[in-house]
Amino acid sequence: MTFRQETREWLEENCPPTMRTPMPEKNKCWGGRNCKFESEEQKLWMERMAARGWTAPSWPKEYGGGGLNKDQVKVLREEMIAIKARNPLNSFGISMIGPAILEFGSEILKQQHLPPIIRGEIRWCQGYSEPNAGSDLAGLQARAEDCGDHFVVNGQKVWTTYADLADWMFCLVRTDRTAKKHTGISLVLFDMKTEGVTARPICLISGNSPFCETYLDNVRVGKDQVVGEVNKGWTIAKYLLTHERELIGNIGNDSGEKSLGEQAVESLGLKEGRLADEILRAEVAEWEVDFRSQQLTMERVKDEITSASVGNSSAMLKLYGTELNKRRFELLMALRGSNALSWHEQSGASRWLRSKGNSIEGGTTEVQLNIIAKRILGLG
Amino acid sequence: MKLILNEEEQMVRDSAAEFLAEKAGPNLLREIRDSENPLGYSAELWQQMIELGWPSILVPEENGGLGFSHVAMGQIMEQTGSSLASSPLFATSVVGASVLALGGTEQQKAKLLPRVAAGELTLALALDESARLDPKGVATSATAVEGGYVLNGSKSFVVDGHVTDQLIVAARTSGVPGEGEGISLFLVPREADGVAVTRTPMVDSRNAAEIRFDDVSVGEDQVVGAIDQGMAILEPVLNIANVHLAAELLGIANECLQLTLRYLKEREQFGVVIGTFQALQHRAAALWTDIELCKSMVLKALQALDESPEDAGLIASMAKVKACKAAELATNEGIQMHGGIAMTDEFDMGFFLKRARVVQMLFGDHRYHLNRCAELSGY
Repeated sequence: MTFRQETREWLEENCPPTMRTPMPEKNKCWGGRNCKFESEEQKLWMERMAARGWTAPSWPKEYGGGGLNKDQVKVLREEMIAIKARNPLNSFGISMIGPAILEFGSEILKQQHLPPIIRGEIRWCQGYSEPNAGSDLAGLQARAEDCGDHFVVNGQKVWTTYADLADWMFCLVRTDRTAKKHTGISLVLFDMKTEGVTARPICLISGNSPFCETYLDNVRVGKDQVVGEVNKGWTIAKYLLTHERELIGNIGNDSGEKSLGEQAVESLGLKEGRLADEILRAEVAEWEVDFRSQQLTMERVKDEITSASVGNSSAMLKLYGTELNKRRFELLMALRGSNALSWHEQSGASRWLRSKGNSIEGGTTEVQLNIIAKRILGLG
Repeated sequence: MKLILNEEEQMVRDSAAEFLAEKAGPNLLREIRDSENPLGYSAELWQQMIELGWPSILVPEENGGLGFSHVAMGQIMEQTGSSLASSPLFATSVVGASVLALGGTEQQKAKLLPRVAAGELTLALALDESARLDPKGVATSATAVEGGYVLNGSKSFVVDGHVTDQLIVAARTSGVPGEGEGISLFLVPREADGVAVTRTPMVDSRNAAEIRFDDVSVGEDQVVGAIDQGMAILEPVLNIANVHLAAELLGIANECLQLTLRYLKEREQFGVVIGTFQALQHRAAALWTDIELCKSMVLKALQALDESPEDAGLIASMAKVKACKAAELATNEGIQMHGGIAMTDEFDMGFFLKRARVVQMLFGDHRYHLNRCAELSGY
């Protein structure tokens, strides 16, 4: 039996019917100690996938991953899309810190952190931005004092996604204040329950609070919790940013969500087989073309990937994907007219408002353009 | 199927790039224009393309061709865009060959396709009657008479129509303009009685033709495909044509970007190279991004022509949309970022701009294809 057949059969047998429906943002499963499953099926689906290592299909089996090669991962993804299976586990552990630990971490860190990530037991958050270090991330000031067998961290992080719900943080700190700004940074890991960690949610224009301000007051961090070498954290930070960019660039691709064209037909109806509003019809078609080109480019990038090209393509995909997502929400608002402007959960206004941050978080559109111009086009 | 070229396709691409960089290029086109070359292309270059076997790529093996892939041919088309290479390759070896391969009788295929593959016979599709593409709007009439048909009407924007050996004419055998049914295709020698050809030099220094048909008699053996069912051939042929034009546009766009990047690294103002200015860096980076997205779409569309041509309509139109817009942006931005020098005839950028607009309009611009995308998507 081919891998595809095997996969198809297994998914058919193990993916509960309710996990094959479009997934509203609020029902996403993030795992972790504070996880509240929306249903028994959601829990079952995550556990079944995790037991097979398919929450992290490409990770090595020895840490509980799926051990699949690139082609097999693609097959798994295609088969999941074919039955509209929900992503069993959304996780910064899987998309961000896990790959960094695999690439740069010690064996101890791998064994400590990877299995609980795969099982969805520990939810991670990212301590990157600071009030005075946004686009200029390398200017960060949170400092870690060397106290012999441990560090003591002091500072403030901001835009920490779901810090209030997360169990552990991966955090950029300055370990050498005399070095140049890129060379004195380290990446450290600590439990959010550690004394001195306080997370305070920030209310956004969308009415939701997905981000926090996180205060670090004399937080004790073991030296074995440094990923890679001390003072070499910037390399890992950049590596992680490429993963974050791919993630953000990929929004609007939730499996199961209706296409913009279908939503347009639902909102406006057809007149002699054509969308009832000619101008919106053209704008929707144009968006669909651009969206397809983005999807195909993600596919092409995966197919031609070499380790050198990852960073390059992630800047492009982040830039284009986020601008595309903003356009999508503007079009959805236009399609629904005044209905979309009402201030209740179903109107879509909240998601529209939230999308404005896409081209800012994870490196602004302008930062991506700088990266492309300098690193790829050799300008400046 | 992976969105990358296989080894064979990569070889075709590399050798086409090398060959055309040496033998074609804007200077050749300039020479064709300034010498008022009546062909609108270099006979020598075409001869060399024939020797390389390019006209045989899309001709099936059983008809004396290579039966190679659209992906491979698309790589060559892209390079003809980068190098502005003018030749009958598109009209004959892509469009003409596809019409015959898809719609020709066994006899027509056996007789004509080996000659197409060998570069001995050139073809031109005479479809347009209005300034913007409207395939169902065909009004040129083909009236049945004993033993054949009589054609009356006129066509415009017939690429290579002024020099081609045979025309493939879309004419109405029943129904009224606006209906897809009732259109039929006919093979008509350019020099047949009653065919009046007017050469129309175009903005890109190439040629097309306006063609009048006055009581032109054609035999039944000159009908391509079933009577009244020409659309069943035209539709897939237009998909093929537009994907290859998208490949050419991609080549044009990419070459404009490369020329511009070179200039940004050379040209100094305010005591520094202008590529250090963020205003220009961002324009260049945005353009590069658009071209990267276009690449994926064109490759996917070429693969679709090879793998599932019957479902290729949507992706073909999407590829033309994306490529038209990328080429429009690249040519306009190329001129803006070069500044005044790009407005001079002496500089090459203008040739890319002019060629791009002709290719964009040929067989439907991005607006035409956006509308088709919406139709094919059920809205």
